[in-house]
Amino acid sequence: MTTTLIVLPLAAALVVWLLPLPGRAVGTLALLVALVEVALWAVAVAGFGFDEGLQLQDRQSWFSDLGVSYHVGFYGFSLWLVGLTVVVCAAAIGYALWVNRERGRAYHGLLLFLMGSIVGVFTAQDLLLFYVFFEAMLIPIYVLIGVWGGPGRVRATATFVIYTMAGSLLMLAAIVVFGLSQGTFSLVDSGTSSNEWVFLGFLAAFAVKAPIFPFHGWLVAAYRESPPEVAAILSGVVSKAAVYGLVRIVIAKFPEPVDDFQVAILAFAAVGLVYGSLLAFRAPDLRSVTAYSSMAQMGLIVLGLFSLTELGVNGAILQSVAHGLVSATLFLLAGMVETRTGTSAFSALGGMARGRPALSTVLMTTGIIALAVPGSVAFAGEFLILAGVYDVGWGWAAVGAGAIVLAAMYMLRLISAVLHRAPGIDVRDEAPDLRAFELLLVVPLVAALLFLSAWPAAISEHSFSIGSSAAEATE
Amino acid sequence: MIAAPKIDWLALAPTLSLLGASGVALLGSVLVPWWMRRGFAAFAAFAGFVTAGVFAAIVFDESAEGRTLIAESFTRDRLGALAAIIIAGAGALTVLVAWGENRRDHAGEYYALLAAAGAGMAFFVTAGNLMTLFLGLEWFSIALYILCALDTHRETSLEAGLKYLIVGGFGSAILLFGSALVYGATGELGFSEIAAAGDADNVLLLAGLAMLIAGLGFKASAAPFHMWTPDVYEGAPTSVTAFMAAATKVAALVLTLRILVVAFPEQEHLWTIAIAVLAIVSLAIGNLAALVQRNVKRLLAYSSVSHAGFMLIAVAANSELGGRALLYYLIPYGAMSIGAFAVVAARERELGVPVTLDDLGGMGWERPFLGAAMWVFMLGAMGMPLTGGLLGKFYVFSAAYEAGLWWLIVAGVIATAISLYYYLGVIRALYLRPAAELRPIVAGGSPPRDPLLQSAVLLSLVVTVGSFFFVQPLIELARDAAAGLPF
Repeated sequence: MTTTLIVLPLAAALVVWLLPLPGRAVGTLALLVALVEVALWAVAVAGFGFDEGLQLQDRQSWFSDLGVSYHVGFYGFSLWLVGLTVVVCAAAIGYALWVNRERGRAYHGLLLFLMGSIVGVFTAQDLLLFYVFFEAMLIPIYVLIGVWGGPGRVRATATFVIYTMAGSLLMLAAIVVFGLSQGTFSLVDSGTSSNEWVFLGFLAAFAVKAPIFPFHGWLVAAYRESPPEVAAILSGVVSKAAVYGLVRIVIAKFPEPVDDFQVAILAFAAVGLVYGSLLAFRAPDLRSVTAYSSMAQMGLIVLGLFSLTELGVNGAILQSVAHGLVSATLFLLAGMVETRTGTSAFSALGGMARGRPALSTVLMTTGIIALAVPGSVAFAGEFLILAGVYDVGWGWAAVGAGAIVLAAMYMLRLISAVLHRAPGIDVRDEAPDLRAFELLLVVPLVAALLFLSAWPAAISEHSFSIGSSAAEATE
Repeated sequence: MIAAPKIDWLALAPTLSLLGASGVALLGSVLVPWWMRRGFAAFAAFAGFVTAGVFAAIVFDESAEGRTLIAESFTRDRLGALAAIIIAGAGALTVLVAWGENRRDHAGEYYALLAAAGAGMAFFVTAGNLMTLFLGLEWFSIALYILCALDTHRETSLEAGLKYLIVGGFGSAILLFGSALVYGATGELGFSEIAAAGDADNVLLLAGLAMLIAGLGFKASAAPFHMWTPDVYEGAPTSVTAFMAAATKVAALVLTLRILVVAFPEQEHLWTIAIAVLAIVSLAIGNLAALVQRNVKRLLAYSSVSHAGFMLIAVAANSELGGRALLYYLIPYGAMSIGAFAVVAARERELGVPVTLDDLGGMGWERPFLGAAMWVFMLGAMGMPLTGGLLGKFYVFSAAYEAGLWWLIVAGVIATAISLYYYLGVIRALYLRPAAELRPIVAGGSPPRDPLLQSAVLLSLVVTVGSFFFVQPLIELARDAAAGLPF
């Protein structure tokens, strides 16, 4: 089951690359594969025992002398992250089909490859395997941005890859040291470690990937220059690889260093939260606002994780899924606005609500959820995170609460700059409303958000075995 | 009646079959009608390499216990056999790559020399004493000197040959001098006898050891003994470069491991440090110099210097895990180098000029197979997943950690980070160049068809990627090979 979820998109990628199918057929095939993935995931959810630990395991020795194996499986929280992955990737692939990307075979193959690697990251139970998938994500991203991105793409993609690889190489060194000192690379069999250098090696990789302030240098350029559907995957899903790594490796395997560094990490996360929110409020275009808000939200999520409380960690997982859906929807909408106006700069936008009810409804709903209006899933997530981090110190909760006000400011600014005010210079009257196919892409994402708003406990109470903290649950 | 030593023909079979192929190819260029000379020689060389590989595999299978043969002059063991298999594979791929060069003259000599060089290397890796060591070294070196200079109509080829001859001769001289000092200090030639002779702190012996390391460093193109590498790699016919990058490195590094571990166990506290320093210098110089290269062959040359650095880390670990790491690393590394140079060769033949990064522009889209293959080779050289390059680095780092050389891991990580820039530069050239930036270089028409080169690239690709998925069997081979050494 798990292996199928990983291998199916990778195999489909190979098929797409090798068979000379025409453009639309390739996109349709890719979309079908993505939908099959969603269905497989739904089957996995249906049969999942949320009170138990690791499930749906596949395990096979890869090379035995160093104790490395192919070992994948699901915890509750990995199930939600994989769900986020397959849903967002399906929407992204659908979007790519809709805009009919040039060199469709290469493009869709890369998207599928990316999808398979991300699912692998969220299910890997062996450190080296985790590293393999973590790095494998980079290969398609580099080309996807570098070839199909905007005018500044070459610099953006180089910055992104060099930042990320610098982090991952430190992680590779850390993996070698951790694995050899434990005698196994299995995340399930290995015990905990108190080696601070190894801890920092792992932390570096995830801090860049998330990104945690001050490692966000790559973020805006990458999100702004990517094709919108790639930006959706990057900010919605790929950044959550950091969340998975922090939960599954950093918090679970390094209890002592985590305690020692807790305050420092919380401080960086809080700074990232506030600073990202402020930048989002100042940013001049749709994509940059979404990018900086991603950075802020990742700060919030890290705040929740490193509260090291049950509430905070559960809230962080819920918020990861919520933010993933919000962010992906916003980037796809940004792409749809851009195809209509040719720009995402606020100075040239405005007044798009008039005569475009579908666009304004979808954007408005997403925006309202993103600014954590009470009753929304983001509100639930943030509430849990703040409640969790309050146990560590009320100051952290105060910073978090303040940042929620900032979130309201930048989201409302975004909504009004796109939808309200006088029509901008690039908004022509004949620019159409969302088409049916476009609605088909974003409505499921918004529907998922609404569903989770109605029942946030679906995730927050089904991520870790009930009554245990993250560290216990993953041991 | 003189008692001749008993000769183990099977152990010699890889070398002999290549020597035979060399002779057949050479004879063929005189006896065979002119129109089939090239094909005849190429086939003879290819068959020679394949036969040598098969014999080496048999030797590997039947030599669970290593032993020295023919007056202890060489060793029959799995280490030598595995190295011979890799060398034979590299040689066979080289023949496939070389075919499309369409050389009109010296075709017979080319293939004969290639087989002779392969024979020399297969002999060299089994060397058991200082005489056979030097004999093997000169044997394959002389063949390579000529091969480098074989394109007599190109000045760069002649320059490459001359440079390699002079610098290589210098390296051999140092090695010979070192051998003489070691012999003088111990009175022994055989590797294991040198170890047994004791007298660990003899200054002559230590000086000899240093010179041996330097001499082998020349062949492995480890910095600071790499000065010849970029010029020779650039000037030599590209197929020869491919062969040198893959096979010479295998031979030199395997023998370095063998002689250090077998002959100098008493001095290990010295040579591990020396090798570690060479590794760091190679990593630093190889990667930094590669950053500024525009010519792809030069870039790959510096990349090979940096890979020598990685593999020397494994040697410096001086452990069974280190030996395993080295032997595993050589397999994907050899495939990647041959594959990458083969792609360069294809581009060179298409454009008729030395290939710079600009000349690769857009190649990923025009020539999807070669472009994607080059992409994979570069990912492998970076140590990215889905290629054996990642696991090679993983094993090397593991060996370094186990040996307590954590600072070599740090050096390796920094070097890899730097190397990203130029490897990604190649990928950028292949795929990311906007059409406006490209000079129209291709005059038109379809590229020359070269199925043999394509199949060589495909085989390299299979090994590069396959070594990632099928680690266990390869690592068992490497383990068996390394187990024979007295760590």
